[in-house]
Amino acid sequence: MADEALFQFLHYELMQYIYKSADSKETENGRNITKLENMGFRVGQGLIERLTKDTARFKDELDTMKFICKDFWTCVFKKQIDNLRTNHQGIYVLQDNKFRLLSQLSAGKQYLEHAPKYLAFSCGLVRGALSNLGVKSIVTAEVSVMPACKFQVMIQKM
Amino acid sequence: MSRQSNRTTDSKKMNSELFTLTYGALVTQLCKDYENDEEVNKQLDKMGYNIGVRLIEDFLARSSIGRCQDFRETADVIAKVAFKMYLGITPSVTNWSPAGDEFSLILESNPLVDFVELPDNHSTLIYSNLLCGILRGALEMVQMAVDVRFVQDTLRGDNVTEIRMKFIKRIEENLPAGDE
Repeated sequence: MADEALFQFLHYELMQYIYKSADSKETENGRNITKLENMGFRVGQGLIERLTKDTARFKDELDTMKFICKDFWTCVFKKQIDNLRTNHQGIYVLQDNKFRLLSQLSAGKQYLEHAPKYLAFSCGLVRGALSNLGVKSIVTAEVSVMPACKFQVMIQKM
Repeated sequence: MSRQSNRTTDSKKMNSELFTLTYGALVTQLCKDYENDEEVNKQLDKMGYNIGVRLIEDFLARSSIGRCQDFRETADVIAKVAFKMYLGITPSVTNWSPAGDEFSLILESNPLVDFVELPDNHSTLIYSNLLCGILRGALEMVQMAVDVRFVQDTLRGDNVTEIRMKFIKRIEENLPAGDE
């Protein structure tokens, strides 16, 4: 029953560690994001395994995405996704108006340049979760005003 | 449709698993980055310290606990309030030294190691060393210098997990001269 504050602090330390251990060159930035994303991926895989052990098989891709938006998000971030949109061709946009890992940071455009590092781990979480549900995807995130945040999921056709 | 009924999950439990798994990912990364376990232990302690100095504020604000009168009271607050609040467990406090400046926290279960098995080549890794750092950092912020270390660990075959805490000294507040 770990408290959520503990997770937030741990996440912050994780990020700090990844960023401090590497050089601060431009090229390194992309690699850091990838590292964080990969760690999230592994965690997402583990979580979804535990979370779906009693659920019935999903009907289709959309059903899977709904599960991510409702159950998975509630478990990890204590709220549902506020808006789910799709073009029915494999692209989904998940909008969270008050993303938990950003809500302590700012309520506007201040520190906007730091937002990507706070999101990489979560992108990995989503990708990892989907991957263990048999959906290969690319997940990116964008922020225009904190703490709102949009995750874009692009499904890779096998 | 008919599925909704069986989708009941204990979100508190899940949240704990999120923490456990994330911590696991961190330790894995550290083991990749550093050659030896000693370095990993040191790094975990340092990160714990950074968490501790922040966590104490959260703790004091939420628990409305005041200054502790002695080390025994501190031990009680750590075991019964802090551990309960953040990890959902209540370690027992035992093995007091005669002088009352040293005690042990016995953890029956350790949420950090829920899904963990230590490979043979990491025999000196103190997996949960983050906890030591957290305790040290948090207590330093309330003017107590304390030495914290693991003396027993279930991951390494002991029956229980034991954290030994030793009071070193009270940190004096440095007020500028003539300022009250």
